[in-house]
Amino acid sequence: MALPLGLHIALQHLLHRRRQTLVSLLGVALGVAFFIAISAMMQGFQRDFVARIIDVQPHIIIKDEVREAPMQPVERAYPGGAVSLRGLKPMEEVRGIRGARNILATLEDLPGVHVAPALSGNLLLRFGGKDLSVNVTGIDPARERKVTHIEKDLLSGSLDALYTTSNAIILGEGVAKKGGIRSGDLISAVSPVGVVLKMKVVGIFSSGITLMDNFDTYVLLKKAQVLQNRTNVVNRVNLRLDDVELAAPLAAQVERQFGYRSEPWQEQSRNVLGIFVIQNAIMYSTVGAILIVACFGIFNVISTVVFEKTKDIGILKSIGFRDRDIRRIFVTEGLIVGVIGTVIGWGLGWGLIEFMASLHFEMEGFVRAQGFILYRTPVHYMVSAAMAIASATLAAWVPARRASRLNPVDIVRGS
Amino acid sequence: MAAIEASGLGRDLPGEVPVTLVRDIDLAVEAGEFVAITGPSGSGKSSLLYLLGLLDLPTAGRVRIEGADTTGLSPDQLAAIRLARIGFVFQFHFLLPEFTCMANVEIPIRRLGALSDAQARDRAAMLLDSLELADHRRKYPDQLSGGQRQRVAIARALANDPAMILADEPTGNLDTRTAHLVFDLFRALARDQGRSVVVVTHDADLARMADRRIHLVDGRIVD
Ligand SMILES: Nc1ncnc2c1ncn2[C@@H]1O[C@H](COP(=O)(O)OP(=O)(O)OP(=O)(O)O)[C@@H](O)[C@H]1O
Ligand SMILES: [Mg+2]
Repeated sequence: MALPLGLHIALQHLLHRRRQTLVSLLGVALGVAFFIAISAMMQGFQRDFVARIIDVQPHIIIKDEVREAPMQPVERAYPGGAVSLRGLKPMEEVRGIRGARNILATLEDLPGVHVAPALSGNLLLRFGGKDLSVNVTGIDPARERKVTHIEKDLLSGSLDALYTTSNAIILGEGVAKKGGIRSGDLISAVSPVGVVLKMKVVGIFSSGITLMDNFDTYVLLKKAQVLQNRTNVVNRVNLRLDDVELAAPLAAQVERQFGYRSEPWQEQSRNVLGIFVIQNAIMYSTVGAILIVACFGIFNVISTVVFEKTKDIGILKSIGFRDRDIRRIFVTEGLIVGVIGTVIGWGLGWGLIEFMASLHFEMEGFVRAQGFILYRTPVHYMVSAAMAIASATLAAWVPARRASRLNPVDIVRGS
Repeated sequence: MAAIEASGLGRDLPGEVPVTLVRDIDLAVEAGEFVAITGPSGSGKSSLLYLLGLLDLPTAGRVRIEGADTTGLSPDQLAAIRLARIGFVFQFHFLLPEFTCMANVEIPIRRLGALSDAQARDRAAMLLDSLELADHRRKYPDQLSGGQRQRVAIARALANDPAMILADEPTGNLDTRTAHLVFDLFRALARDQGRSVVVVTHDADLARMADRRIHLVDGRIVD
């Protein structure tokens, strides 16, 4: 009884068409629940992926590439001149970062920056009649352990074994599995320039990032230079920062200073991050579609109520209800459906998340996981509520406005 | 000062063939006066009542309510006058079916908001009691007879203690005896409570119970 009059009338209208009201409540609830559950799943996965990347990969990679071809001397001499060069032949260059020692020294002096040189290339592994094409990275273990996660990812063996064993190699778990190779095995390694070495497996790592585990191997930097026949050459410098937020600006600065292409982690993972954007777009359009369906439900109930309650609207207006009082009654009905639907949806969404959390299975995509990675945050609840209630109000607004514009004379005269 | 005063009142419906509902109406209803409007079907009785009750707007002339000209008032201002000063009763009772009799009577009181919820309940109960509906307070409209429903509608029209009651064929589908009881009630509302009561009827017997009869033909008052 203490309810405001408009709310009281609105509630009575809804209570007297339970089935329709229930259906539209369910529509809103499902929209909200799916939003919460899908958001938790997608963001959980995406945040986990980014966290793993930041944890495992170097934050910046300096490569022995430049982004644009250097200007030809004639172009430099006549900047802006009408110079056109044809038939240019690029010079055969020994690839690698020139002055790597200098770059390493400069960057190592920066606070909060850890630096490790590397030479990466390809390698063919032969074991038991099987050929495996892999990436090989020559590293300096003492520096490497401060820059990448490799040491912590070792399932067996140690990084220092690269120093203590001659011709030592560390394999990704997937590589080992494919080749049927175990720690301690001797394998043949053939490099693209034809160097052949018998190498001993001194460690196997598992990073959880599928691509790395299936294709990456590590050897000592010196050994990589021998395999590639590129003495003293380094083609990558890896950086790890105490503050990962500084990756992009520092990469830009390094590139300006040294001229070599410097990729912050965002750029290294651009493809995957791009897929995330698409994923999110798909998710939000799916949830949007569910909410639109829910809106039709609400629009439908309230239009029906307005149609069936025409007589009541006439009498309320003759009593002295203003247009806006009538409008408020029907908008309130949409709001009630929106709010109650949201609360039910919260419960359903929470339940869905906990259900997904209870599932355990082996999953291998970009990363390996033992079930859904879920990100729980009140933000999802708030956003879903705002969307649901806003769209419910909008859906109610149209029939509510029609109700408020009904002419009472037409209604009372009609019957 | 008349409770309702119409001067030169006319209402045309626009259209390809314009329809005149009423024209040249000059009429004043004093406080405490019971007036019956009669006339053949289609003569404009309902139309006139809606104009007097500010439910419809005239295309000519003006309506004064308790001396104040209502010409040019906004829809909200007209609604406010209806809410506080005018009570309508229609032939078909127009009770809200989801609400009990009590709740139906409380609606205008709560909309006006001058009384507390408890006072609103007391006033609704008092009105129902005075119309001999004390036993039916908690009932829903579809649990009542036609005469009882019409009395609930009258109670609701009286909810905000209006200066005037306007009724459009309130006894249209009641038996003769019940119709007379309802008319007795209207007469009492005028005589004993000083309200202006205007009732449309095409029953000459009932019309005779009023203080004054106004006869409409083709939208005009005739003697
Ligand atoms: N919307 C409309 N369009 C056209 N004509 C209308 C409209 N409303 C009313 N009329 C006409 O206006 C005239 C007056 O109608 P009104 O309802 O006021 O008559 P009434 O005296 O109340 O009749 P009844 O006794 O049958 O209730 C009638 O001829 C009616 O047909
Ligand atoms: Mg009529």
